[in-house]
Amino acid sequence: MPRRIVTGIQSVGHRVIDSIWRLGYASRFFLLTLIKSGTSLRRFTLVIRELYFTGVQSLIIILVSGLFVGMVLGLQGFETLQRYGAESAVGTMVALSLLRELGPVVSALLFASRAGSAITAEIGLMKATEQLAAMEMMAVDPIARVVAPRFWAGVISMPLLAGLFSAIGIYGGYLVAVVLIGVDEGSFWSQMQSAVDFRYDVVNGIIKTCVFGVAVTAIAVFEGYDAAPTAEGVSGATTRTVVTSSLAILGLDFILTSFMFRGMG
Amino acid sequence: MQRATMDLWVGLFVMAGIGALLVLALKVGNLGTYSANDSYQVTGNFENIGGLKVRAPVKSAGVVVGRVTDIQFSTETYDALVIMNIDTRYKFPKDTFASILTSGLIGEQYIGLAAGGDEATLKDGDTIMKTNSALVLEEMIGKFLFNKASEGGSNENSGKN
Repeated sequence: MPRRIVTGIQSVGHRVIDSIWRLGYASRFFLLTLIKSGTSLRRFTLVIRELYFTGVQSLIIILVSGLFVGMVLGLQGFETLQRYGAESAVGTMVALSLLRELGPVVSALLFASRAGSAITAEIGLMKATEQLAAMEMMAVDPIARVVAPRFWAGVISMPLLAGLFSAIGIYGGYLVAVVLIGVDEGSFWSQMQSAVDFRYDVVNGIIKTCVFGVAVTAIAVFEGYDAAPTAEGVSGATTRTVVTSSLAILGLDFILTSFMFRGMG
Repeated sequence: MQRATMDLWVGLFVMAGIGALLVLALKVGNLGTYSANDSYQVTGNFENIGGLKVRAPVKSAGVVVGRVTDIQFSTETYDALVIMNIDTRYKFPKDTFASILTSGLIGEQYIGLAAGGDEATLKDGDTIMKTNSALVLEEMIGKFLFNKASEGGSNENSGKN
């Protein structure tokens, strides 16, 4: 019996040490990516190619979901606010919820599942088919050539995608509240403009998306680079990317919100 | 995919993204109409600020001329110190009257400035001397009931006030 307890405790310890080791490996990999990203910033065409795959190809899903999230916010906001006779505040509600929370978080979640998983699968498959090893044989650093451009493309496209998400969401809310339901257009925009503060709401939202962009792409490239070089390994790594980065986005969002929006306004 | 097509799409994407951020800044946020850079700071001592909050607007004649930047409590006078930034475009006389008002019945509270007749104007760091506290509903109802009761005792016909 004591022997069983000992092995149980050992397995707990093994897991803890393993996960700490992995965390250390991931942060070393992240630092290495930053250090070696000089080449990809000098040869910017590499980043542009990845911007096409991560940014442009995520546009459709981001725009469509942004539009629908904004429209649903407009409907639900109107439904609740009209009970208090404050239906002209629906613009404020749509804009604030999109700029502060929904825009950054939902677009980052979509970005993680659309672009993050693709990055992981691509790098993982490159590793499984020994393309990364072949690069090293030719004295081409795979981190500088493969990982860094994808990382920077993700970091650049995330704030742009979130901005598009929020902007089209606000127009979706406008479409439902003003065009379909008939809330007064002037008070829709003017109440929104008097409630939304540039520094407090817009800039804080952009800071959030930048943090999410770094987190999602760092997790995606690491999981791809760390994947076991088998078909199973790549599929497992892709799943882990989506799960880990979604949890990271939600956790980081809570931390950032508690620092940014503390009982003001 | 052709290199040129790809460049075109990426260019469109980046421009659309920056355009969206600009829309958020200018149309949704109020960056175009109000900038906090060129403003001067004045302080007002209020006996009671009610539900006034930081970032509440400072209005004069209904026009937003500034914002409340900080609210403190003074242990010397046991008053509330309200610090507000007022746009330098708007000069106010020294004897400006500041009162805490409410927009609508249950709307947010703001500071209303009523200009006085003094020649000298308020400068950065000045204090507004004449202030009027926020109306607290409970106090008003209390006073009203008290007046009613005392009037009812002395004279039943003068209950107009």
